Amino acid sequence: MSNAEASPVVASADGLAADDLALVKGATDALARLRQRFQSAIEQVIAHNGEVTVYVARAALVDVARYLRDEPKLLFNLLSDLCGVDRGLEADPRFEVVYHLFSIPHGYRLRLKTRVPENDCEAPTLVGVYPTAEWHEREAFDLMGIRFTNHPDLRKILTPDDLEGHPLRKDFPLQGY
Amino acid sequence: MSSLHHSNVIELDYAPQQKIREMLRERSALDNAITVSMGPQHPSTHGVLRLELTLDGETVVNVKPDIGYLHTGMEKQMETKKYQQNIVITDRMDYLNPMGNNLGYVMAVEKLLGIARDIPPRAQTLRVLLTELQRLASHLVWLGTHALDLGAMSLFFYCFREREKILNIYEAVCGGRMTVSYFRVGGLPYDVPPSFNRLVRDFLDEFPAALREYHTLLTNNPIFQKRTRGVGVLSGEDAIALGVTGPALRGSGVAHDVRRAEPYCGYETYDFDIPVERDGDVYARYLVRMREMEESLKICQQALDRLKPGPIKADSPKIVLPDREEMKHQMDALIHHFLLAAYGFSVPPGEAYHAIEGSKGELGFYIISDGSERPFRCHVRGPSFVNLQAIPKLCQGALLADVVAIIGSLDIVLGEIDR
Amino acid sequence: MGLETTLGAALPEVLTARLEDLINWSRKSSLWPATFGLACCAIEMMNATSARNDLARFGSEVFRASPRQADVMIVAGRVSRKMAPVLRRIYDQMPEPKWVISMGACATAGGIFNNYAIVQGVHQVVPVDVYVPGCPPRPETLIYAVLKLQEKIMTERLTDRRDRDLLPKGAAA
Repeated sequence: MSNAEASPVVASADGLAADDLALVKGATDALARLRQRFQSAIEQVIAHNGEVTVYVARAALVDVARYLRDEPKLLFNLLSDLCGVDRGLEADPRFEVVYHLFSIPHGYRLRLKTRVPENDCEAPTLVGVYPTAEWHEREAFDLMGIRFTNHPDLRKILTPDDLEGHPLRKDFPLQGY
Repeated sequence: MSSLHHSNVIELDYAPQQKIREMLRERSALDNAITVSMGPQHPSTHGVLRLELTLDGETVVNVKPDIGYLHTGMEKQMETKKYQQNIVITDRMDYLNPMGNNLGYVMAVEKLLGIARDIPPRAQTLRVLLTELQRLASHLVWLGTHALDLGAMSLFFYCFREREKILNIYEAVCGGRMTVSYFRVGGLPYDVPPSFNRLVRDFLDEFPAALREYHTLLTNNPIFQKRTRGVGVLSGEDAIALGVTGPALRGSGVAHDVRRAEPYCGYETYDFDIPVERDGDVYARYLVRMREMEESLKICQQALDRLKPGPIKADSPKIVLPDREEMKHQMDALIHHFLLAAYGFSVPPGEAYHAIEGSKGELGFYIISDGSERPFRCHVRGPSFVNLQAIPKLCQGALLADVVAIIGSLDIVLGEIDR
Repeated sequence: MGLETTLGAALPEVLTARLEDLINWSRKSSLWPATFGLACCAIEMMNATSARNDLARFGSEVFRASPRQADVMIVAGRVSRKMAPVLRRIYDQMPEPKWVISMGACATAGGIFNNYAIVQGVHQVVPVDVYVPGCPPRPETLIYAVLKLQEKIMTERLTDRRDRDLLPKGAAA
């Protein structure tokens, strides 16, 4: 994948068609609130396939997550998934951390993403906001090599202790390890 | 049948048990603590789970789960296989719920392809029917092994007897018992056999009696209640914070079910309830699953009633393999078949997350496509992986024997946790 | 012919047999498996002992959680690199004589998972007596494998095992 943003189906933050957003339950409201409150920390918004992705600056991630969880109109109280993505050796920044949020009271879904460059492969931990992030982040650390700052117990979780490297990185061989 | 649940429930006095635990907790717990390794080869860890238990006498002070003994590298493997080939890998994740895994995966790919609305009604109904049967089969394994762990061995044999009937239906449908690979991107590969309706009807007629039998064996059984009630209590807030989903969440009083919250395959048109229990203990999770089986039965009945003849594949020849008959007469069908079999189909760039309600909770597939015929990244949100995280919270202060009951009540499958 | 005819005629209650046959017969008739369920195959292994298939008919239903009480290890499922040392240790804990059944494609050859995480065949870790094909094998296939193992046990020589133990370490096989 050269670049997800370069593909034609993905709209940029400014050129976002109102219809795309309106199709996604609760998205317009959530975005308006996020933009108003965090402004420049919201880097980009993509609506595609009936799903909304919000790129958040690394530094603001924890605040954004806490706000999304606690704001009574949103209540994204369930972090249903978290994973790391390696966008390829040439991509810059190379890594992304993807968060899938769900609001049980309202039934909204929202995807947060934060970009992580290879030379500074760290992201802030969300354990303080969503305790469930603990194992997900350990998995992303183990398989993708993304470090999570202030994580209470950042250890390998799936691979054996003697395995060096991070299997889900694109430069890790499938076989012959 | 519902009258069975709460009538005659024996009221137990938990006070002495609680008191002992509190006394033990007050003692300088960590001074005389010993560490015991449970697993990875242990009959009650439901697979190759290892728990590092810190014990003070018989009381559990802390639990550290150690997983990865079944790490299979599936997510990496999926990046190297074509979209249709990956269905085979999803079978082997949660091997008690292969139909559910197939469904979650193919629906995520269908979302990426933009053909989610083109799946014909017969295929949708069959998908619902077969995944609900799978939920029954999965719950039967849970019930049998959970009861076996607590010393009720006969239930294990009864449950496997009933499960065998579901596996027979699967075998008639697709030739496989456990690794079915029956759902395809764009519908189903071939129709069910003519005997299908009768097989399912027979099973649906027999199953309520079996379910009643299970209830008489366990639900009001004083020994079972003593082992499960008030044990491993999880509050609703904690459950959500820990990301727990499925019956474990509904046992804590939160009525969240993906089939209701984000209906797929036409679940919004079926009449069924979401069973919820408030106590949050092992017994509550047991009751939720038992009642869920009744609801699944209801859905199966409705699905079978509305099963009408019709197409089973979406009308998109660039994605779905043509029928055998068509290939014999039409040149373009033959060409499509050749191209699909040799090269597969490419998926437009983008990403999709699709969640379904698996037998253990929210089962999500997150797929990123770069426009080629293989996924760029595929991540699985396995409900067992997330639910297992609650183990330390559930076990602290419990007795060592309760750990077995708690693991059983979470219904984990290591194939999905370690992937 | 020889001794047995004479002895049999004189004392009809006496049965003569080779010691080897007797020992092998007693060994094969109650093979206690060690519970070693790993993945999908483990469910079919459980199924083999349950009502419909009933492995007890062939003397192998007593699944032992402790390897020290077991005769045969059924490796049911994929063996990861993290699990391999554990598997070897459990095998070492089993008392002689002991046998191994490799159940399913994953244990036999890695199955569909030819990647960094899975050991490509459990024979790299422990010596295997019977390989069972299938993904997962049906319970009937597992029962057939147990019967095959019983056949194999009947052909064993007592000296085989003794000689193997007497050989210096590393020279076996």
